[in-house]
Amino acid sequence: MENESAVFFSRVLTELTLSFHIIYATIGVGVPLMIMIAQWVGIKKNDEHYILLARRWARGFVITVAVGVVTGTAIGLQLSLLWPNFMQLAGNVIALPLFMETFAFFFEAIFLGIYLYTWDRFENQKKHLLLLIPVAIGASMSAVFITIVNAFMNAPQGFDVVDGQLVNIQPILAMLNPAMPTKVAHVVVTAYMTAAFVLAAIAAFKMLKGSNHVYHKKALFLLMKVGLVFAIASAIIGDFSAKYLVEYQPEKLAAAEWHFETEKNAPLVLFGVTDGEEVKYAIKVPYALSFLAHSNPTAEVIGLNEFPEDETPPLYIHYLFDTMVMIGMFMVLVSAAYVLGKIRGWSFVSTKWFRRVIVAGGPLSIIAIEAGWWLAEVGRQPWILRKYMKVAEAATTSDHVDIMLILFCGLYIILGVGSVVVLRRMFRHNPIEQEIEDRKAEKGGDFS
Amino acid sequence: MTLEILGISVLWMFLLGYLIIGSIDFGAGFFNAYGVLTGRQHILTNIIQRYLSPVWEVTNVFLVFFFVGVVGFFPKTAFYYGTTLLVPASIAIILLAIRGSYYAFESYGSRGHKGYSFMYGAAGLLIPASLSVVLTISEGGFVSMVNGNPVLDYHALFTSPLTWSIVVLAIAAVLYISAVFLTWYADKAGDRKATKLLRKYALIWAGPLAISVIGIMFELSKHNVEHFNRMIDIAWMFGLSAIMFVITVWFIWKQQHYSWALGLLVGQFALAFFAYGISHYPYLLYPYLTIYDSFTNPAMATALVVAFVLGLLLLIPSIYLLLKLFLFNKDYIRGKKDHHA
Repeated sequence: MENESAVFFSRVLTELTLSFHIIYATIGVGVPLMIMIAQWVGIKKNDEHYILLARRWARGFVITVAVGVVTGTAIGLQLSLLWPNFMQLAGNVIALPLFMETFAFFFEAIFLGIYLYTWDRFENQKKHLLLLIPVAIGASMSAVFITIVNAFMNAPQGFDVVDGQLVNIQPILAMLNPAMPTKVAHVVVTAYMTAAFVLAAIAAFKMLKGSNHVYHKKALFLLMKVGLVFAIASAIIGDFSAKYLVEYQPEKLAAAEWHFETEKNAPLVLFGVTDGEEVKYAIKVPYALSFLAHSNPTAEVIGLNEFPEDETPPLYIHYLFDTMVMIGMFMVLVSAAYVLGKIRGWSFVSTKWFRRVIVAGGPLSIIAIEAGWWLAEVGRQPWILRKYMKVAEAATTSDHVDIMLILFCGLYIILGVGSVVVLRRMFRHNPIEQEIEDRKAEKGGDFS
Repeated sequence: MTLEILGISVLWMFLLGYLIIGSIDFGAGFFNAYGVLTGRQHILTNIIQRYLSPVWEVTNVFLVFFFVGVVGFFPKTAFYYGTTLLVPASIAIILLAIRGSYYAFESYGSRGHKGYSFMYGAAGLLIPASLSVVLTISEGGFVSMVNGNPVLDYHALFTSPLTWSIVVLAIAAVLYISAVFLTWYADKAGDRKATKLLRKYALIWAGPLAISVIGIMFELSKHNVEHFNRMIDIAWMFGLSAIMFVITVWFIWKQQHYSWALGLLVGQFALAFFAYGISHYPYLLYPYLTIYDSFTNPAMATALVVAFVLGLLLLIPSIYLLLKLFLFNKDYIRGKKDHHA
């Protein structure tokens, strides 16, 4: 028996938790790599500025990782608390990557503790850098394992259902489902991209505020290079993701593209509004959808008309798709312009307005991450486990979910505000100019 | 040994790990808050900060490992416990989240806010209290099946003396474990004032711990006779645990052999915890769920065990390194070196 209000509030609470957690999780996956790159460049070039960059990012990272850990614990438990029927079923087939994720998390937590408390403890900086490798690997592997579970929800395999019983279960096969490669790659690479652009936004913000220190310039150039590489990679993998959808989840692609009828020479619809099945005010790129889906401008693309109406996702995911793709493209352009501009000596990349654009890139990247995850989750509706279990069947039957929603709202407000306040205070009390002075005094100065 | 027993033993071991290191953490927060309120903060803060700082995140992982592992090995627990624990588990998560993140905020952001210390200390007692409710529920009698779904009877739960004696045990155990550990740690750091104070706390909390255990035995003999009788069958384990407890208190009283006291403390709780677990066998939730009817399929069980062994190969050296650098490093404990980022 379903409890309709419990279903509704379970969905809202899960969406809230995931939307909040993903901000910190994305930063948590991406930033260790950035710290590693900065420290590595610092050691290679024997440049204290990059080492300091790594050190200051590590300090800020502690705050975001704390929120990431506790909200990750929350979603981990909420899966069982809010979706007990789903977890009972899924536990039989896809528990392995969930279990492995706790090991990755464990590994990361241990080495993060060691890394943070051993600055300057080693004569050789490289030894200290070595301690960061398990942190970065652990963080990325956590994302890999969790995304595998999400991929399984989209393309379940590795089991058979005979007379309502799960038989012939193959945990490894379940992990290697067809959605896995593109989804995992896209999640990990966009996390690196977002971390680079968020940190770049901070550097650009500092420069806008009048700090002309070479420290920020070095940071910005490094981050835009890294960001460019991962932004291009995200776009390429995104294209593969679309090709995966064509093959395995055509209803998701069709809903995201507002592609109502199966047809050849399909155009790509951008923005617009729907009036019944008529699309108005949209930008239509002829043949583009066929090309995107099959690398062939005349190929046939399956439309929403092929699916029963109660098995297709809501049409608003079209806007989520557009938002994600537009921001991704925009960031490729911005970072490419900046990197090329720096190399070629174009003066506009050092103007105030361009720095403002870079500052905007930080929040925009986060918005793209949110839009991408909403697209992934809403686009799977009405299924929680595609073709096997609907969201409504999976939810808890217990009361009080609404009260829990209010409590968790309060929690996320406290954590969100708290983390921002602490981060701002941390760096305002210890600006980079002062830290460089302090370090000079401490070491007797081999600084530039 | 069957896979069922292997699975539950491994999970139980991790829960024991959480019980010990979580208790140290929770108790430390309480003692710190108490110190702030009574103006003796300067004695304890240093010791407590030095221990907690590098390990705070690791504590949490033990709990995550346990609940993820339970759903992996025993997927039906997600249905029974997931449905019934919505409220107590959500409250525990919220407290854990506030406490965990604000530890980081405070340590790296701003130090020394009184209201914060108080909240941090209070949350440290409320978390074990809310988590211990799970043990009470597992004894049966509080969950009924309505239309095929488990429903928790809150009224029965909160008016049962068993619930409250388990809550008292959880709090007393947290404070006792923490005080004994920190006595040893402060002694190692050569901090006499802190050692003296913490030793006093350890002795104070030994009393409520013993009394609450006796209370629970008495309540359980009425509430769940089957479980109680199985406990009597392995009374020697509880007896051995009690002897260890007495020796620990004796050493602390005499101010000697703190390392032995710590070892015996771990032994005492390990024995009691496993004796409780063994006597609970085969039930995960009286009378609906046993480890056999809730067990996952053999293919998944094997995969989980293999993943577990490989994971341990990775973890054990890492944990060893962590302990070597921070817990068994004299210079670090004594505060001679600070290399924080």
